[in-house]
Amino acid sequence: MTATDIRPSSDTLLTTKAPVKRSYGQYIRWLLLFLGGIAMVMPIAWMISTSLKWPHEVYNLKLIPDEPTIENYTYVLEDGRFYGWFMNSIIIAVITTVSNILFDSLVGYTLCKFKFPGRYIIFIAILSTLMIPTEMLVIPWYIMSQNFGWLDTYWGIMFPGLMTAFGTFLMKQFFETVPDDFLEAARIDGLNELQIWWSVAMPLVKPALAALAIFVFLGNWTAFIWPLIVTNSPEMYTVPVGLSGFGDEADVAWELIMTGAAISTIPTLIVFIVFQRFIIRGVVMAGLKG
Amino acid sequence: MNALKTYLLSGAVSLAAIGSAQAVEIEYWQYFFDARVTAMEQLIENFEAANPDITVNMTHFPYADYRTKVAAAIPAGEGPDVVQLFYGWLNDYVEAELIQPLPADTFDPARIDAEFFPMVQAMKDGDQYWALPTAVRSLALFYNERLFEEAGIESPPETLDELVEIAGQLTKRDGAGNITQVGITTGMNAQDHHWFREVLVRQMGGDPYENNYQTVNYNTDAGQAAAAFYTGLEAEHGVTAAGFMDEPQAAFKAGMAGMHIDGSFRIGALDKVRGLRWGVTELPANAEGMRSNYSSYWVNAITTKAEDERYDASVKFMEYVTSDEAMQIWLDVVGELPAKPSVGMTDANANHEVYGPFIRGLAYANTTIFANESAQRQVLMDMVQRVSIEDLPLTEALATAAEEEQVILDEYYAD
Amino acid sequence: MRLRQNLTIRQKHILWAWGLLALPVIFYVVIRFYPTGNAILLSFQNWNLLGDRTWAGAENYIKLWHDDVFWKVFRNTFVYLLLGTPISLVISFLIAFHLDRVRFMHGFIRMLYFLPFMTSAVAMAWVWRWFYQPVPVGIFNNILASFGIPQINFLNSTTNALPAVLAPAVWAGLGFQVIIFMAGLRAIPQSYYEAARIDGVSGFTILTQITIPLLKPTIIFITVFSSIGFLRIFDHVFNMTTNNPGGPLNSTKPLVLMIYDTAFNGFNMGYAAAQTVVLFTVLLCVSLLQLYLLRDR
Repeated sequence: MTATDIRPSSDTLLTTKAPVKRSYGQYIRWLLLFLGGIAMVMPIAWMISTSLKWPHEVYNLKLIPDEPTIENYTYVLEDGRFYGWFMNSIIIAVITTVSNILFDSLVGYTLCKFKFPGRYIIFIAILSTLMIPTEMLVIPWYIMSQNFGWLDTYWGIMFPGLMTAFGTFLMKQFFETVPDDFLEAARIDGLNELQIWWSVAMPLVKPALAALAIFVFLGNWTAFIWPLIVTNSPEMYTVPVGLSGFGDEADVAWELIMTGAAISTIPTLIVFIVFQRFIIRGVVMAGLKG
Repeated sequence: MNALKTYLLSGAVSLAAIGSAQAVEIEYWQYFFDARVTAMEQLIENFEAANPDITVNMTHFPYADYRTKVAAAIPAGEGPDVVQLFYGWLNDYVEAELIQPLPADTFDPARIDAEFFPMVQAMKDGDQYWALPTAVRSLALFYNERLFEEAGIESPPETLDELVEIAGQLTKRDGAGNITQVGITTGMNAQDHHWFREVLVRQMGGDPYENNYQTVNYNTDAGQAAAAFYTGLEAEHGVTAAGFMDEPQAAFKAGMAGMHIDGSFRIGALDKVRGLRWGVTELPANAEGMRSNYSSYWVNAITTKAEDERYDASVKFMEYVTSDEAMQIWLDVVGELPAKPSVGMTDANANHEVYGPFIRGLAYANTTIFANESAQRQVLMDMVQRVSIEDLPLTEALATAAEEEQVILDEYYAD
Repeated sequence: MRLRQNLTIRQKHILWAWGLLALPVIFYVVIRFYPTGNAILLSFQNWNLLGDRTWAGAENYIKLWHDDVFWKVFRNTFVYLLLGTPISLVISFLIAFHLDRVRFMHGFIRMLYFLPFMTSAVAMAWVWRWFYQPVPVGIFNNILASFGIPQINFLNSTTNALPAVLAPAVWAGLGFQVIIFMAGLRAIPQSYYEAARIDGVSGFTILTQITIPLLKPTIIFITVFSSIGFLRIFDHVFNMTTNNPGGPLNSTKPLVLMIYDTAFNGFNMGYAAAQTVVLFTVLLCVSLLQLYLLRDR
């Protein structure tokens, strides 16, 4: 990687900041952000609290259950099908995430860094795919899947999400922060365009890639309507489709829904913790005039 | 020519014979409801024991999206051989030629007319039945026994006047006048729209629809009286609050509602709530002692996908799931009421502590033929909210509701 | 080989671009544009999903024009946009800007803000509905009551319900916008800040002269994306008003909920498709307008 050098990490930057200013404002800032953060997760606290209640206590809306129980968790986890759904969801979310990271950034990069006729049209056309609600696409996709024999398969569940306009747009915007000089320098070094994209441009947009990964993983992890329509056999269900069985015509077992919601937040939380490191570190590209 | 025909025919017959001797697999779909799935598993087991060459595979889908799922799959030819449908959807499936009529030799229409509850006749077109239910459902009044004892109330209400009076005794408010316990739950979004249409309007001397449910007829004095009674529970008597505890059944489950009108399918859910002691009684009569009820049902039908030996197997399966034996199993496991009076109205069933009120209600129940149930329900929800939120006079709100619902019906029946 | 050598750099460039785009373009055409075209076609037909499609001409559009509910819903959709986008933009920027300057428990605090985005919308809507209940059940009204403020009818009101339904949507989306803003802030080369600090420029000037201009691609992204999100709002409204979808009296109903209801409760696919085409057109116009207004001048 030519023409880059190490930028001072934000940590050292902050410590070199005037220490007087840091004391007061910094404490208040921290306190407000912390309190705001606590307020943000209050509804989630209720979710967890409800998941620890017996059915008769669910509508008693205390935050601390009178007789806490982990019965709901054992019930959900003992349901043998849950692990299958969990694995299906993981497989689908991981493959889709990888696909999006590759293709969305490739398309975003091309639309951002190549000047060619039709690029604006393609960008708008791709963007316009965000403007049709999924509900209206489900039936054509179903007919398509049926013709190609994709019903009730992993491929059938994931094909609509392998590339997204959202990711393309995000990556295009972030590639705009990458100075063209970098790419030109790489070109002079003799790299071809694919190499430039992969080994020069991509590392510079890691924070955006991390955000994209989190977003796509989460989107597929929680997708409901399409996985429901395209699958027939319970073995192929994803977690949200499987969990929807806890609500039926007469009785929505909220304590089980909360339990399922709490359990299915864990993988996304892990993905978030893993990928947010890339956002903390920031990008290594100082010492250049943009 | 004739010889050729005979030859071909005999070929077809022998092929069919081979087919029936071989194992046949058929697909059955229903929506997910714990007890229904258990009951159906039991029925399938019994059926397979009696018909060793037939295997029935059941698949179930989440209730909320079942209709969409079925509607996507069946026209694409991906659906099941036998499918469970709500009675109100049947028309569309018949018109689109997605289901087949039941063969008259096995399902003799005259016999079905005589044996099943009369509302099932909605499934008949001309001289053949298109689908049949195993069970039917009706409404009743649930009440919280502990709250009744606390308030010193001896027995549940028999009439609408008693209902108001008892609800008054069960209502509690805090010091600031906020309602903390309702006498009776209300919510047009739950079962109350059925109570209004088929019960209250009729009890006030009206007929909610005319022309086989194609013309709205509740913008009348009777409808006016019914709507006034219903909205009066909150506005005049203050014995209820719309949206209290988010939804009616939640308030009842939480033990914060004295009474609650609901369907027989709620029994299982209430049974699961520990510490809730509840009883159930028939919907209250009017001053003259006249009662009414609303009944609905899910039917099973054979799709056009079932051909040849799968068709034969499907007919056999249909025959079994609509048999007396299946109905009793369904009642015992699911708590849904047998579709034949001969099974339902046995002394044991009709006097049953829990099922009795529902089963007795079937005798005087009506079944609304919906064009679009959720839209027609919405109309009545809007009617109540126009009065409670927008302070519109009830007469005006009722007239608007009748007009809006008529538009829905006209559009549906125009095609 | 000779042909390749004879190409100008610019031609090679174009060739590369189309080469890189070939597979994605095929994907979008088959998976996205074809069904979209199908929806547009369907808007001129009648179809109940089960039977045959029949031609309807402009009937669905004429019906839409005369549908009072549609205009109400149209208005609601724009209220979601006009309230939701600026509010979430400002709040998420403020959080990201300050969070960027905090080190102690940074990762933990950021996770707190992000958690709502990860949690099931169905589960959260249930909790929010309870929060909004009147006293003695609802938390918000209990808090108001403890300050002696008369209680507010949040959901059972034609005026308060829309903001009350919007709040959880903003709440849930905030964390994601914060992350995007943080990523944007981190993409600004530190050398700019150092130079400014050496010159002794005030913090406010740094914000308006350096941070915000350099954050422009991010701001464009969040504005356009969250506008599309609020114009397409569905899940949160549907879950928040599950007992009376889009109610009371359609006061919270957005366009996508109407589309969903028309398609999967009314099974009037043609009419739903006509609504979809309107939504599509509106979204496209709003996005293009935003991209035009925010373009580099």
